[in-house]
Amino acid sequence: MSAVISVNNLSKIYESGFQALKNVNLDINAGEIFALLGPNGAGKTTLISIICGIVNPSDGAVLADGHDIVRDYRKARSKIGLVPQEIATDAFESVWGSVSFSRGLFGKPRNDAYIEKVLRDLSLWDKKDSKIMMLSGGMKRRLMIAKALSHEPKILFLDEPTAGVDVELRRDMWEMVRKLREQGVTIILTTHYIEEAEEMADRVGIINHGEIVLVDEKTRLMQQLGRKQLTVHLAAPMAAIPAPLSNLPLTLADDGMALVYDYDANQERTGIEELLRTLNQHNIEFKDLHSRQSSLEDIFVDLVKNGVNREAMAS
Amino acid sequence: MNFYSIRAIYKFEMARTWRTLMQSVASPVISTSLYFIVFGSAIGSRMVAIDGVSYGAFIIPGLIMMSLMTQSISNASFGIYMPTFSGTIYEVLSAPVSALEIVIGYVGAAATKSTILGLLILITARLFVDYQVQHPVMMLAFLVLTAVTFSMFGFIIGVWADTFEKLQIIPLMIITPLTFLGGSFYSIKMLPEFWQTVTLFNPVVYLISGFRWSFFGVADVHMGVSLGMTLVFLLVCMLAVWWIFKTGYKLKS
Repeated sequence: MSAVISVNNLSKIYESGFQALKNVNLDINAGEIFALLGPNGAGKTTLISIICGIVNPSDGAVLADGHDIVRDYRKARSKIGLVPQEIATDAFESVWGSVSFSRGLFGKPRNDAYIEKVLRDLSLWDKKDSKIMMLSGGMKRRLMIAKALSHEPKILFLDEPTAGVDVELRRDMWEMVRKLREQGVTIILTTHYIEEAEEMADRVGIINHGEIVLVDEKTRLMQQLGRKQLTVHLAAPMAAIPAPLSNLPLTLADDGMALVYDYDANQERTGIEELLRTLNQHNIEFKDLHSRQSSLEDIFVDLVKNGVNREAMAS
Repeated sequence: MNFYSIRAIYKFEMARTWRTLMQSVASPVISTSLYFIVFGSAIGSRMVAIDGVSYGAFIIPGLIMMSLMTQSISNASFGIYMPTFSGTIYEVLSAPVSALEIVIGYVGAAATKSTILGLLILITARLFVDYQVQHPVMMLAFLVLTAVTFSMFGFIIGVWADTFEKLQIIPLMIITPLTFLGGSFYSIKMLPEFWQTVTLFNPVVYLISGFRWSFFGVADVHMGVSLGMTLVFLLVCMLAVWWIFKTGYKLKS
């Protein structure tokens, strides 16, 4: 697959001396949904702002659809739509006026039919003549998306699109993002809702302290890093793990009512059979069994908080 | 040149003018009318003619210039300050537009608005005093040049200001005194010799003098010097704007 955005050795040091990005390299494939995950202050917004031309890079280069974002900024920027994290709108302008302004600003001739389509897709058509200050928060956010789509971009950046958005609107937004992808738009979204990345993304990049820690396909990431857990709910409490089970990777729950078994689902022999057999042999009765797979969130927390390094993951 | 982008910014800024019609057009016209009533009719009737021009007519170019300058600055500074304040500037910065196109859009709209205003005051003045414009083309040239120069100056202030206070302080502390002392209401020849020399360091003197020349054919300083100085101020402002965009000063981190 060809890269539609190519970030090479990008660094950013703010005037205050704060280094927001450290030698970042990243390729975004055409037509994918890429989720950039990271805690607050990790450098997500700085990275996006540089690509979109709002912040000057300190070092390195970025190509957007093959155009250098500094030297060839006109061509690069005309391909990109940005929905920033903060809602910033002109209070007194109408919805229609605001979206039309954005289209003109990006150098596109007037096209009322297209703007109508964008507004309809985002359920803003009824509000086209309303002043922006009369809109609800969710509508304003959709307006920001409409503005970003007004010039028919190939690449769409959504910086924390669902921060502070209710569940229904979040579902709608996901639906809309998928539709855009079907139309061939590449979508890069930043989020710190892991659920969002898990739900939407084709690939996930994790950024922390200005460095890209990991980039991988979501499914592979979850497979490779995902651990499975089997919980055995006991019929009677247990003070300690019995000797015959001591060689298995088991932990006893605090109340002594459950045994938790960690295993790797990708292994041919998961060891579950052996565990159950052993329990049987020693007449340890259990009421229930349940297994769960670790979520992207668990993986993320492992990576970011516990500092699991790349070598450990590669193995 | 990205024509659609310039038009979008220009239209957006002009729309702001029409939305705030009372505040942007009516109030300067009302306040100038008051000046004409007080200075032109009431006090002016007791003043002797200056260079053969009745006092009421004499102050017209000065009053127009004064409004033109303050309005150009406030329009343009507000026009660029508001987006940086509200955060909507992100859109302009991320758009495929050059610095020149941004400036043409913002400064062009501010200058258009204040030029219209200047002409409105000129028409209003007719209700109070009889006057003739001897060099209408030069009159328009001075009007437009001053509007553009001061709109650009306002743009610079709008970028520089990071609080509302800073936005107000330059017009209030510098421009108002300079226009009052720049011969809006008097000929600098009426000042003692020492103060006449001091006044020559006031750039506004040249603007008012040149503008007044286009009306009555008489001036404090030669018209060529006035025109030259006006162009120099324009150039200085253009250089400052160029520097702002080259370094990203206050616009981009």
